[in-house]
Amino acid sequence: MFFGVPFIVFGDDSLQYLNTIKGTRAFIVTDANIVKLGLHELVKAELKAANIECKVFDGVEPDPSIQTVEKATAIAKDFKPDWFIGLGGGSSMDACKSTMVCSCAGIGPLDMSPSDFFDLRSKARLLCIPTTSGTGSEATWAIVLTDIEGQRKVALGSYETLPDVAILDPRMVISMPPHVTGSTGMDALTHAIEGYTTIWRTPFTDGPGLAAIRLIFENLKKAVDNGKDEEARKNMMYAACQAGTCFGNGMAGLAHSCGHALGGIFHTPHGVAMGLYLPYTMEYVANGSEETLQRYAEIARFCGIKQGNDKECCNALIAAVRKLVKDVGQSSSVKDLKIDRDKYMKAMPDLVDRAVNEAMSIAVTRVPESEDLEKMFICAYDGKEVDF
Amino acid sequence: MAVFGTLEWATAFMNAINASKPYEDAAKTWEGDFYFIIEPGGAIKEPGYQYVDLWHGKCRKVDVIPAAEKDKYKPEFVLSASIATWRKVAEKKVDPIQAIVTRQLKLTGNMGKVMRAVKAAQELVNCVTQVQTEYPE
Repeated sequence: MFFGVPFIVFGDDSLQYLNTIKGTRAFIVTDANIVKLGLHELVKAELKAANIECKVFDGVEPDPSIQTVEKATAIAKDFKPDWFIGLGGGSSMDACKSTMVCSCAGIGPLDMSPSDFFDLRSKARLLCIPTTSGTGSEATWAIVLTDIEGQRKVALGSYETLPDVAILDPRMVISMPPHVTGSTGMDALTHAIEGYTTIWRTPFTDGPGLAAIRLIFENLKKAVDNGKDEEARKNMMYAACQAGTCFGNGMAGLAHSCGHALGGIFHTPHGVAMGLYLPYTMEYVANGSEETLQRYAEIARFCGIKQGNDKECCNALIAAVRKLVKDVGQSSSVKDLKIDRDKYMKAMPDLVDRAVNEAMSIAVTRVPESEDLEKMFICAYDGKEVDF
Repeated sequence: MAVFGTLEWATAFMNAINASKPYEDAAKTWEGDFYFIIEPGGAIKEPGYQYVDLWHGKCRKVDVIPAAEKDKYKPEFVLSASIATWRKVAEKKVDPIQAIVTRQLKLTGNMGKVMRAVKAAQELVNCVTQVQTEYPE
């Protein structure tokens, strides 16, 4: 077993760390919105001070496709960078990781396995700068790409795709709009709660998981209500990174399985789907797993949500998650997303098939069969409690 | 009781797969054959190659061959591990995806394809548990 984390640089003006790195060429993988906001210029200015030449690829779309990675790879192969810099949300950072593997190892985006050793560090290093507080991709080796042909998200990764450096500079998240702050924050909460309760968890994932959950309960609503609350912004940024180290080493759970399925078919943003499914999947696992019920109770006590017996504390935690979802303006049912019920029900076999085939579905203490997943998907549509 | 890595064991495994409705349902679209390799160590003096051909929810063929004849098949996937790791997976002490991700089980082949067939992988492990197994440790 092992526990991997990047070198984490955080706090005011932490972007200045870039002018201390050694290298010659940096390939920045980002999206058009980041360029429009000018955030890439802050990065380029620091790299210029370090005499590092930059090339920017700003073609990353939400839920990046295999084809996008292939385009970025073609450019990176010519540029031959010794630094790959993922700048943006999870999409940009994941696309950057994959581009690094493809260009340095000369393989296709799907041709990687955790068993392979590509010796990537002999060619380049990887640095990630998040501009949202949720994905945690800056602290994980995981890569999620979208297979457009199969309309499916594909989870990939290798321990070589764990970033060498993560820079958490609050300037990068201060302009995030409230609805994105809310959805990405719920993504971070999902990472932490799921990472704390999977069968992959270790003593090393427990600490960052618990710390992240408490920070999120204390700061997410503040960051949504007042985006200029620097303290809340910083805490959310740190919480998201901690949550990344938790689930990046401890795996995620059923909300991710259901959310990936929904996102693959209905293109629901990842964070929105996470916040939506989290309380339902927590209910399902707690109803059949004493071990996870106890873990939920531990979280509730640690966060000061409730003191009492395990069942009371577990229920209080799930209620607190539901309240937070509403407090930060997120949808609490699929119906709220304006997804047509008939279309949802028609897609049900596909939703279930995708969810059951996610690695996260077998990393929980109560592994659902297809029938239970279908019932859970329906509860989440109607906003009904999962009582089975 | 069959010894893991022998043709007797592989045949029992094939029979367990072909008797499993949950596996058939989970793997109905799966097309892909494997080498399951037992790495040398302890009582295992040379690598053992078990060939397993999985197709649309059924096992079409198994074979056990010596390392010197490993080129007999060109499977799409190769999974390789020590006998201790195979035992941990078979006894559900570690899930197969966790074993791959943590490099206890080494995978050669399209990881993306495997990651889209998690339920089938889980059912395959359930089939292994149906075989009375002795481990040559």
